[in-house]
Amino acid sequence: MSAAAPAVSGNGAGIADALRRFVRRDTWFVALLALLVALLVVTKLIRPNYGSFDLGSLAIAALPVALAAVAQAIVVISGGIDLSIGSMMALTSVTAARLMQDSSDPMAIVVVIGVLLIGLLLGLINGALVVASRVPDIVVTLAMSYVWAGVALLVLGTPGGGAADWFKDLSRGSLLIEWIPKALVLLLVVVAVVWIPLARSRLGLSIFAIGSNRLAAFRSGVDVARTRIAAYALTGLLAATGGLALTMTTGIGTPIPGPYTLLSVAAIVLGGVSLAGGRGGMIGPIVAVFVLALIRADLTFLGVDPNFTTVLQGVIMVVVVMIGAFLTLRRRSA
Amino acid sequence: MTAMEQPVSGTRPGNGWRRVLRDRPLVPLLILLLVLITVLQVAQPGIVSVDWVSSTIRFAIPLAILAAAQTLTMLTAGIDLSVAAIASMSAYIIATQSPEQGPLVAVLIALAACAVAGLVNGIGVGVFRVHPLIMTLGMSLVVLGLVTVYQRIMVSAGSRVPEAIAWLGGGTSLGGVPNSLLIFVPLATLILVGLRRSGFGRLLYAVGDNEVASRLAGVRIWQVLTVLYVLSGLMAGLAGLVLAGLTNAASATLADRYLLPSVAAAVIGGTSIFGGRGGYAGTIVGALILTVLTTLLTVLSMPEPVRQILFGLIILAVAAAYTRITEES
Repeated sequence: MSAAAPAVSGNGAGIADALRRFVRRDTWFVALLALLVALLVVTKLIRPNYGSFDLGSLAIAALPVALAAVAQAIVVISGGIDLSIGSMMALTSVTAARLMQDSSDPMAIVVVIGVLLIGLLLGLINGALVVASRVPDIVVTLAMSYVWAGVALLVLGTPGGGAADWFKDLSRGSLLIEWIPKALVLLLVVVAVVWIPLARSRLGLSIFAIGSNRLAAFRSGVDVARTRIAAYALTGLLAATGGLALTMTTGIGTPIPGPYTLLSVAAIVLGGVSLAGGRGGMIGPIVAVFVLALIRADLTFLGVDPNFTTVLQGVIMVVVVMIGAFLTLRRRSA
Repeated sequence: MTAMEQPVSGTRPGNGWRRVLRDRPLVPLLILLLVLITVLQVAQPGIVSVDWVSSTIRFAIPLAILAAAQTLTMLTAGIDLSVAAIASMSAYIIATQSPEQGPLVAVLIALAACAVAGLVNGIGVGVFRVHPLIMTLGMSLVVLGLVTVYQRIMVSAGSRVPEAIAWLGGGTSLGGVPNSLLIFVPLATLILVGLRRSGFGRLLYAVGDNEVASRLAGVRIWQVLTVLYVLSGLMAGLAGLVLAGLTNAASATLADRYLLPSVAAAVIGGTSIFGGRGGYAGTIVGALILTVLTTLLTVLSMPEPVRQILFGLIILAVAAAYTRITEES
C-alpha cells in the first residue's frame, strides 16, 4: 500500500499525473481514506460539539490497537501471521508497569528501552521457533500465545504496577495546537522510526520478497529463514511498543491479553495488507484502526446498544473485505 | 487417515520404525496418550480409574466435536474461528428457550440458528471468496454481539439447563458410560466414514489439496464450501448442547476457552492447516491428549501461569515432532 510503495518516481510527470497514478494504483487506500473523512464529517454532524478533546480520546483509544496492527502488518507482509501479539503486549505491558512502579524518572527511560529489547527477543523466539519447527506459523504463534500469557501472569498476578509521570504524559494532551493529539504524533513517530528505514533497506525488500514468492526470493539469493526471523522480531518490537502504549494510557499493567490479536488481523485486512503476504504497508492499517474506532464512537454517540456495535463491527469487517474481494475479481476478469 | 491417501513410495530407503510411524500417524499419538496417562498415574497413584476415564471422556467430547468442525474446515485449507461463539449461542438458546418451549423445540431452534450462522459463513467463504479467517472472525463478533443483545432481552425470563440436556451432556449410565457418547459416537462414525467413503468427503480433500485442479475437474467449489460451513455451524451447535449439559450453565462466552484447544487438537491430530491432509481419528486422539494434559497439569498442582506455559510448549513440541515424523523428506 501507499507507504510501502517505494517513492513514486514522478520525474517529469506533472503532479496531477502522479496523483492520478496514485489513485489508480492505490484505489483501496484512497477509498479507505475517503471513508475516514466521511466518518469524521458524519461524526461532526451527529455531534456538533465534537471537538479536539474527543479527537484526543479517539487517538488514545486507537494507539495500542494501531501499534498492534502495524506489528501484525510486518509479519503478514512477510508471509506469516502472529497470533501471539495480544499476549506479547500483555507481557511487555506488565513488565513495564512492574519495573516502572518504584523507579525514578531516569530509570524509567532504561525500563522503556529494556522492554523494547524484551519485545524484540520475544519476536526472535517466535520467529526462530517457526523456522526451526517447520510447523505452520499460525499454530506456533497460537501455542506461543499461551506461553507469553502465562509468563505475563508470572510477572504480575493481578492488574497493577505503575508508570512514570513523564511516560504517561507522552500520550496525554495535544501538541502545538489543540487539534493535534499527542497520541497520534507518538504513533506516527514510532511507525516512521521503524518503517521508513526498513522500507528503504535490503531487509525491507527481502520481507516483501519472501512474502510474495518465497521460492523466487530464495533463488534470487534472499536468506529466507533469516528474513522470516527478522520479520517476527520486528513484530515483537512493535508489539512491545503496543504493550508500552497500554501501560502509558492506563497507568498500570494488565496480565490478561486484550482482544488485540484479533483486532490487529481485522485492521490489516481492512487496511489493504494481503493475508497471502507480499503486499501492504503501514498507513493503510492505521487508517483502518481509526475507521473502526470512529464507527464505534459514532454508534455510541447515537445511543446504539454497545453490543450491537460489536455486531456492526463484525458485519463491517466482513462486508468491506467482501467488496475488496469482489473488486479484485472484477479487475482480474476485466 | 493421511498416510493411506498419500502415494508412499515404499522403495525409499529409510529406517523401519520411521516408515511405520509415517504410514500410521495414529500410532505415535496413541503412544503419547498412553505416556501421559502413565505419568498421571505415577504423579498421583490411583487416579486412573473407571470414574476418571468416564469424566475424561465427558470433558473431551465437546472439545472433540468442536475440533471436528475445525478438522473439516482445515481440510479445505480453511479454519472456523466462529465455532466457540456459535456453540455458546446454542447453549444459551437451549437454556433460555426450554422453560417455555420444552427441550426438544429449544434444541431445534438452537440448531437452526447455528445453521444460519454457518450458512452465512459458507456464503462468505464460498461465494464471495472472503478469507475464512476473516469471515469466521467477523461472524464470531456478530454472533457474540447478537447473543449479548438477546441476553439483555431474556434476562427476566431466566435461563435453566433442562434435565434432559444435563442428562445427555453430563450424565452417565450403566456404571460410568457417559451419555454424551450417544451424540458423539454416531457423529464421529459419520465423519470418519463420510470422509473416506462419501463423495462429499473426497471433495473436501480435493478442494483443500488443489483448488484449481478440482475446479477444472468440475467441482462446484462454492457449493462444497457452503455445505461445509453449515455442517461446521451445526457441529458447533451440538458441542454447545453437550457443554451446556456438562457444565449445567449457559452464557454468551461459555465455549470461548475451547476455541484455541479445538484448533490445537486438530493440528496435533495431524490435520494440515494448509488443507488436503489429515483426518478425524487423529483429532479425536488429539482432543483426548489435550484433556489428559489439562488434568495432569492440574494434578501436578502447577500454578495457573505455569500451566498455560507448559500447555503452549507441549502443543508446540507435539506439532513439531509430528511434522518431522510425517514429513515427506
